Amino acid sequence: MNTRELAQKIRLDAINMVNTGKSSHIGSVLSVADILAVLYGSVMTHDPELPTKADRDRFILSKGHAGAGVYAALAETGYISKKILAQHCQNNSPLSGHVSHLGIPGVELSTGSLGHGLPVGAGMAYAARIQFAKHRIFVLLSDGECDEGSNWEAILFSSHHKLDNLTVIIDYNKLQSMKSTQQTLGLEPFSDKWVSFGWSVLEVDGHNHSLLEKALHSDATIPGKPTCIIAHTTKGKGVSYMENSVAWHYKTPLDEDYKMALAELKP
Amino acid sequence: MRDAFIAELSSLLRSDNHVMILTGDLGYGVFETIEKEFPAQYLNVGVAEQNMIGIASGLALEGFKVFVYSIGNFPTLRCLEQIRNDACYHNLNINIVASGGGFSYGALGMSHHATEDLAVMRAIPNTTVIAPSSPWEAKYATHALLNRKGVGYLRLDKSAYPFKPHNDTHFEIPHATQVQDGKDVTIITTGGILTEAIRAASMLNEAHIQARILSMHTIKPIDGLALRSAIQETGGIVVVEEHSRIGGLGSAISEYCMQHALSPGFFKHIALNDTFSSVVGTQEFLRKHYHIDANSIYNHVVDNVRPDL
Repeated sequence: MNTRELAQKIRLDAINMVNTGKSSHIGSVLSVADILAVLYGSVMTHDPELPTKADRDRFILSKGHAGAGVYAALAETGYISKKILAQHCQNNSPLSGHVSHLGIPGVELSTGSLGHGLPVGAGMAYAARIQFAKHRIFVLLSDGECDEGSNWEAILFSSHHKLDNLTVIIDYNKLQSMKSTQQTLGLEPFSDKWVSFGWSVLEVDGHNHSLLEKALHSDATIPGKPTCIIAHTTKGKGVSYMENSVAWHYKTPLDEDYKMALAELKP
Repeated sequence: MRDAFIAELSSLLRSDNHVMILTGDLGYGVFETIEKEFPAQYLNVGVAEQNMIGIASGLALEGFKVFVYSIGNFPTLRCLEQIRNDACYHNLNINIVASGGGFSYGALGMSHHATEDLAVMRAIPNTTVIAPSSPWEAKYATHALLNRKGVGYLRLDKSAYPFKPHNDTHFEIPHATQVQDGKDVTIITTGGILTEAIRAASMLNEAHIQARILSMHTIKPIDGLALRSAIQETGGIVVVEEHSRIGGLGSAISEYCMQHALSPGFFKHIALNDTFSSVVGTQEFLRKHYHIDANSIYNHVVDNVRPDL
């Protein structure tokens, strides 16, 4: 399966999961489906048969509300059974709305409250560095999440300690919980902020697989600097009526909406 | 007490290179030797407590045994959600050390009074909560926490009782230290405020009241056996803590008694009322001001044991 096919499966799985689970955040999942597909399908060194293998690359979904996308990626790449995806957000399900590690191989960190993933990822990167390990650590953040001050503590820390084994990807769809990022708490000039904090910054179309692959490749990192990939994305990408709509941060696709989403996403 | 912690920590760092110590840019004059001797195991993360717990969690997820250090409320309240979600939910081997429990930094003002920390840390799952009363307890608590599963909270006090263990005294979580025996009442303390209980007991002795004194260094889990014996053998109990009366040692003991149908002859809880300590002064001064000192303990005991006096 190539990464495009994987991204499509993640999108379809996620639509089905939030429909049966009557849950939310589908717009956020669709926004990162391509990034997840390129990471799990191409860039990361990982083995679903040996999910805690020491030399695996680590991935943290800091924007835990897109957990359905990670569960789908883990199911499609063989970490967990595809059957359990249907239990998403059901009573007693191992698959909570925000990603949780309990009972789910492949989830490095449970998240849900924003601003937690990057400090932990920086700790993992520091651990790898002092043990002379070669694996990489990827942390996926949302743009709105960058309002959280804890990230900026970790951003300072990571460049100070020259953690070039750490890559942050920002899902920059420019919409946060209620309005646009610019109307809420402006991030621009966003790239300059990361550069001034000592990071190597790449800007990329977050739905273009070949560009994502190139940016995420270890060849694109600069020795002595952590990498930030600002991925320009569209919230709700792939389902026309969800694209660029804040409402689909919350709404569940039901009935006609659900059918229409399936029709647009089916190969 | 802090010196005892540092000495034991140095020994742990020496014996296992997977032990690490992180500080939130505090410990001037404390960590220089450690930094010099164990440069790979020491990390000053800067004035950034949320990141400190995150970094500690990342290290612990990779197999390190991590101590984090700061003062007062900074390593607990400032980064509480990181403690809850990252450290405790993942049940990581992280021990949080706060220097300056209660009014240790009394003159520095309300921001530096750590008076709700025990309650807050006790409420989170996968934690062990310890407030040593002596350098001896601080040393052994540090050692015991290292290999204990989950997140430890070690509250170090400026005041300390120079406890000399007998040959048969040993430290074990949550086994309370019996500092002296008595038959008329049991005074139970946590942390350095034991020193006030010792002074009160000496005054009580002159009034022919013999008090048993327990240093209940571990408030989570609680030593139910010592509590049961105290109630059965001495009747009344007086709980003393340099902490809010909500959620700390007194609460833990009350909960245990109710849940196990234990009825002390009487129960007195000497603690801080549900208000901010806006008064400034030394630890000794503030204990007097807030009526958690030796005289208050003495008066409460006499009122209940010998009301005729």
